[in-house]
Amino acid sequence: MIDMALTFAFACFGLGFAMCLWRTIFAPSVPDRILALDTMVVNVIALIVLYGAVTDSGLYFEAALLFAMTGFVSSVAYAKFILRGDIIE
Amino acid sequence: MIAEFIISALLVIAGIFALVGSYGLLKLPDLMTRLHAPTKASTLGVGGVLLASMGMAIMKGGVSWHELLITLFLFLTAPITCNFIAKAWLARNRGETVLPATGTARDWATLDMSEAPMEPRLTEPGQPGRPS
Repeated sequence: MIDMALTFAFACFGLGFAMCLWRTIFAPSVPDRILALDTMVVNVIALIVLYGAVTDSGLYFEAALLFAMTGFVSSVAYAKFILRGDIIE
Repeated sequence: MIAEFIISALLVIAGIFALVGSYGLLKLPDLMTRLHAPTKASTLGVGGVLLASMGMAIMKGGVSWHELLITLFLFLTAPITCNFIAKAWLARNRGETVLPATGTARDWATLDMSEAPMEPRLTEPGQPGRPS
């Protein structure tokens, strides 16, 4: 049962990832692209954790944690840059 | 058996939430509504996956707390990112959006580019935003 649920979750997150990719490429404005990239990071974290659960390895949680941190920092840096033209004032 | 069922349910619910969040990114009409979909639905989806991962670790006999760390971090940072994107959108569409008056001499902080020091000014009691 868990295997089927894992496959379903993989499919959902993968599809969500593809939708974010679509929105990143065909975005009406720059903030839209940042939002799509941020959502992509969230989906990737879930995919990494799911892969770690499938392979039964604790190594992937550190990767997911690093992804969460760098994703947040990069999204804020992008938004700050188009807000002020500068990242650290 | 029950643990297996709960974990499977968590995984399926998380997948549906994440799918709805990412579909909202395509479906909703403009950025301010689009912000709602990923920040709420996708964050919940990831939270479900992390809970399921914790459950699987407990089923195999170990306890892992890494997932709670990731969940906490995501739940803390998603609103901040959302706020920054909204501010960037406001700054880019300055002339086209109608914002309510701030009630002070200064403009909205997002749009205020002057370097003058900000004077703290309290709303009078009884005014909107400060009932007492």
